[in-house]
Amino acid sequence: MTIGGSDKLDLTHYIIFAIVKIALLLFILLTAVAYIVLMERKVIARMQNRWGPNRVGPFGLLQPLADGIKFILKEDIIPDNVYKPLYIAAPMIALILSLVSISLIPFGGDWKIAGYHIPLEATAFWNGAGIQDINIGLLIILGITSIGVYGVALSGWSSNSKYSLLGSLRAGAQLISYELALGLSLIGVLILAGSLSLRQIVDAQSGSILHWNFFGGFQFVAFFIYIMAAYAETNRIPFDLPEAETELVAGYHTEYSAMKFAMFFMAEYCNMVTVGCLATLLFFGGWHSPLDGLNIPVPGIWLLVSPLFWFFIKVFFFIFLYIWIRGTLPRFRYDQLMAFGWKFLLPLAIANIVVTSFVVALRS
Amino acid sequence: MLHTILFLIFAGICVAGALNFLLQHHPVNSALSLIVVMGALAALFLLLGAEFPAAVQVIVYAGAVMVLFVFVIMLLNAGVEEQTRGSRVASILGIPGLIVFFALMYWTLSAPRSQMASVHIGDYYVPTQALGIALFREFLLPFEVTSVLILIAIMGAVVLARRERH
Repeated sequence: MTIGGSDKLDLTHYIIFAIVKIALLLFILLTAVAYIVLMERKVIARMQNRWGPNRVGPFGLLQPLADGIKFILKEDIIPDNVYKPLYIAAPMIALILSLVSISLIPFGGDWKIAGYHIPLEATAFWNGAGIQDINIGLLIILGITSIGVYGVALSGWSSNSKYSLLGSLRAGAQLISYELALGLSLIGVLILAGSLSLRQIVDAQSGSILHWNFFGGFQFVAFFIYIMAAYAETNRIPFDLPEAETELVAGYHTEYSAMKFAMFFMAEYCNMVTVGCLATLLFFGGWHSPLDGLNIPVPGIWLLVSPLFWFFIKVFFFIFLYIWIRGTLPRFRYDQLMAFGWKFLLPLAIANIVVTSFVVALRS
Repeated sequence: MLHTILFLIFAGICVAGALNFLLQHHPVNSALSLIVVMGALAALFLLLGAEFPAAVQVIVYAGAVMVLFVFVIMLLNAGVEEQTRGSRVASILGIPGLIVFFALMYWTLSAPRSQMASVHIGDYYVPTQALGIALFREFLLPFEVTSVLILIAIMGAVVLARRERH
């Protein structure tokens, strides 16, 4: 692995670029999370025929700021009977892991600025001939997600409260069960792309909208499984049993307050963003425009912005879908949840793998 | 150079985690330090160029097997372990066993360089594709036999978990 050579990019530049990209990414992600919360409240409010937050700033746009100040200034209560080291570590584990996975998401090809090629991805660099990214990016994201269970499991156990423990046990069982279906649903996409690198998976879908895995690759069954399993993984309605307020108060974060609670909250929304990004990359052509094959003349500046534009439009759609479903569906019962995951999604995912590999084998 | 530094860091984390695993009195803490060991091992695999085993180490061992361990500990609500004076077998066999182990290590490591094959870190980069081809072409039979073994384990679990009809 050599960095540099003719394309005037040495190790120092690489490190500087990486740090700048990471800082930018964190800033954008956390701002996005704050405004997704506002958007959720607004959209849900409109769906329920209410106004939602509209007092702080124009249209309530400064509400996230007010929420943030409230979280920081609130008294941070640590109950007496908690197991302190893990009680404090659990929200950090949850938040850190959810922030790490976004660094593996490619947002577009690369920008050429002042002679430097800058790939739009925190963990990729230009090696002189092309973009070098982590070639098992998808597996690493899956690994980080699977470790994320510990934030939830440990918070519930260390809180030393019945509701918290029940919530975290539910969450643990749910996350392990749905991780199987989630992992298997991605294999169809991997067979089509022949790679675990997110960039190569997106490149395999370049061309018009008909080359996207969802349409051209006939992976809509896989997409359905993925989105269901991902909703369960992020503990969102209709799978939000770990924090079902009617039966468990607030589930695993019952005993948390102030910033520690906010960390769980932020982790959940960061995971939603990651799920949206992955759905975009794997099934909806990543940063490619749906009009790619049509050769519509566009100004040069648009070529620079277009990947980001399409990527964010698609991710925005998935975030909206999350909120839409939250406003629409009721919660599963726990046995229904398990039956749905193991008896329906898992066999369906395996069938999808068999059919996809059969078709690919016939074609080649 | 960078490889060596990274190796030392992760090997250190690995050994420290393993020691912590033994020294902690609470089962949850022990389980957590085992997870740290597995994470560090995954990093060592990655340094050796085995990217797929590294990812699987995290996904399967740290992310699934250990979750079940932690689960069981949480469900049983196991308390702080009780200390005994140590079993007789351990006190008789422990120290000689340790001496034999270190002697063996010393004997292996002190052999002349020419007799040992040496591998530089990063020499054997194995892409996932190559691993898959090896598993499903050359080693298909052992691979399938292993999966039958897992099938038997699943059947055993089903038999154990099945409710008897009265």
